[in-house]
Amino acid sequence: MSGTLPKALSPQSVPDSAGRFGSFGGRFVPETLTRALDELVAEYDKAKADPSFQEELDGLWKTFVGRPSPLYFARRLTEACGGAQIWLKREDLNHTGAHKINNTLGQALLTLRMGKTRVIAETGAGQHGVATATACAHFGLPCVVYMGAEDIRRQKPNVFAMKLLGAEIRAVESGSRTLRDAVNEAMRDWMSSVEDTHYIIGSVIGPHPFPMMVRDFQSVIGREARVQSLEAFDGKLPDCVVACVGGGSNAAGIFAPFVADDGVRLVGVEAGGRSSEPGQHASPLTFGRPGVLHGSYSYVMQDDDGQTCDVHSMSAGLDYPGVGPEHSYWKDTGRAEYIQCRDDEAMKAFDMLAKSEGILPALESSHAIAKGMEVAGKMSPDQNLVICLSGRGDKDAMELARLRGEEW
Amino acid sequence: MSLLDETFAKLRSEGRKALLPFITAGDPDLDFTGDLLKDFGKAGVAACEVGVPYSDPVADGPVIQASYQRALESGFRLQQLFEMRKRVAAEVTIPTLTMASYAIIYRVGLERYIEQSQEAGFCGVIVPDLLVEEAAEFSKLCADRDFNLIQLVTPTTPRERQVRIAESSSGFLYFVSVTGITGERNELPPQLIDNVGWLREQTDVPVCIGFGISQPEHVAKLGPVADGLIVGSAIVRRIAQANAENRGEVRGEIDRYVREMLAAINAVK
Repeated sequence: MSGTLPKALSPQSVPDSAGRFGSFGGRFVPETLTRALDELVAEYDKAKADPSFQEELDGLWKTFVGRPSPLYFARRLTEACGGAQIWLKREDLNHTGAHKINNTLGQALLTLRMGKTRVIAETGAGQHGVATATACAHFGLPCVVYMGAEDIRRQKPNVFAMKLLGAEIRAVESGSRTLRDAVNEAMRDWMSSVEDTHYIIGSVIGPHPFPMMVRDFQSVIGREARVQSLEAFDGKLPDCVVACVGGGSNAAGIFAPFVADDGVRLVGVEAGGRSSEPGQHASPLTFGRPGVLHGSYSYVMQDDDGQTCDVHSMSAGLDYPGVGPEHSYWKDTGRAEYIQCRDDEAMKAFDMLAKSEGILPALESSHAIAKGMEVAGKMSPDQNLVICLSGRGDKDAMELARLRGEEW
Repeated sequence: MSLLDETFAKLRSEGRKALLPFITAGDPDLDFTGDLLKDFGKAGVAACEVGVPYSDPVADGPVIQASYQRALESGFRLQQLFEMRKRVAAEVTIPTLTMASYAIIYRVGLERYIEQSQEAGFCGVIVPDLLVEEAAEFSKLCADRDFNLIQLVTPTTPRERQVRIAESSSGFLYFVSVTGITGERNELPPQLIDNVGWLREQTDVPVCIGFGISQPEHVAKLGPVADGLIVGSAIVRRIAQANAENRGEVRGEIDRYVREMLAAINAVK
């Protein structure tokens, strides 16, 4: 890649100083956390103004993560779909196997700048847990990762990796024993440890400034994809960009640098699970309503009493009843469109990518692959479509074997 | 002036302090919650907080979190809480408040939550996750309807911010004793007394201390500096023992505990 990246932490038009993306976002947390959040805003502002911060992060991204990740032309997949040229932004090739590392290194650097000495995190699929444990190992910070007991069962390889990296895993047995319960438990830990602990949130969710900050760190994906597209498509931008949306960090990261480009269609893919029945999917942007969850105002799956609904996805990383507030903003302003992909469609796409391109995608990313193929099929061969391949599928091998009834 | 305002005005004029128990609505069921409200009134507590179970609490420790889960698993619905409160209206004349996550209030609708609460007999609400920056609209609606909005200050809240929070609160200010979640504690932070004392000089709104308070010794120590003390987990832990056979015993045990705490607070000068 020979082009120059646009300025890394470039100012965006949203959120405002209260952390609002239109009406979405904000801060709905106990008062105890306010000072830590204010401190984080102040430190992040200082870091943005300090060229040495971005230099250090760029250096880590380059030599430790292996960035830039390639923009790969999926020739056989394109032939099979018979429409637009399909390109994959290969975040699966990053160190630790997913886009999550982009953010955890940035937040670990902020942890050090704030003089905090301990890190906590929550994880669903385990990719964010592994990325946090990796960043902490790199900097010598102690790390505690909260993970739902059900997710621990589904994601054993990542659990083991986190332990090898020196992190302490705390199983969360409450509620649905998945990501949302892990977020609750991490928040509780933070309430008691906020003086010396930074909570590295792994997606574009939570109270301000997390949705903004995680988007900024992840937008390296879109900034690279932009430059790479201009090179690969004779000076043109992609016609369409597709990414999966759980909390929505890889999608926010690849979308954000294209938001001002009206000609680029942005498509987010939510987990359609087994069906559109309540409890059988994890699609708040499709079936939810604006409400408050985990510190911000965004589309959520809630009942009429405001209780969070159970959700389902075969992918632990998408099994979440809320979504980042900026996605809610993009949905309501019509800037991005959000569609669903069922478990079985994602599974087929997994097989398709494995056999046609020799790439095992994460189950999360398989959702984007499935719908990206559909969208591409309806476009013309002179158009280009970029899918964010947010992570690799090794971590899902055991779960896939279980779902297919095979012995491991 | 709400019933809660009147209660604190009277206590202040008599130089007395308030004990405010917290219980979780619907744990183990709403009849039991109603019975406890009646018992508390007879025992002489100043007011009672009724926690609305929420699926994703972040300020609560394991004891209260588990009580929310029990209530939700047994089918708790908000409207049933309001109906129960109406049913016991004749026997419960102390001020009662709900403690509810903003997720719930927002879903029900801000005005509707206030209206339904007042119709049911609640005189205010404590919202643990509504920061002063986000509270303007709800605070105004509450003030317009003489409905108390109780907000929280914590050991990490800067002093000028404490004053801002006091300005948008009514009924009382909930001073969180520790940096952390709800739950019984043996030790409370040494600077707590000075901090509460300072805040009481800045505002006319009564200041009550909560989180971690469970023993008569806490009452004796903190009572003199505050307008009231809030006791939650110590009661909810006892409720957790209740089952179909032993309800009377558990009620009796809670009554004895509350009366012991009341004796301690009534001894405070």
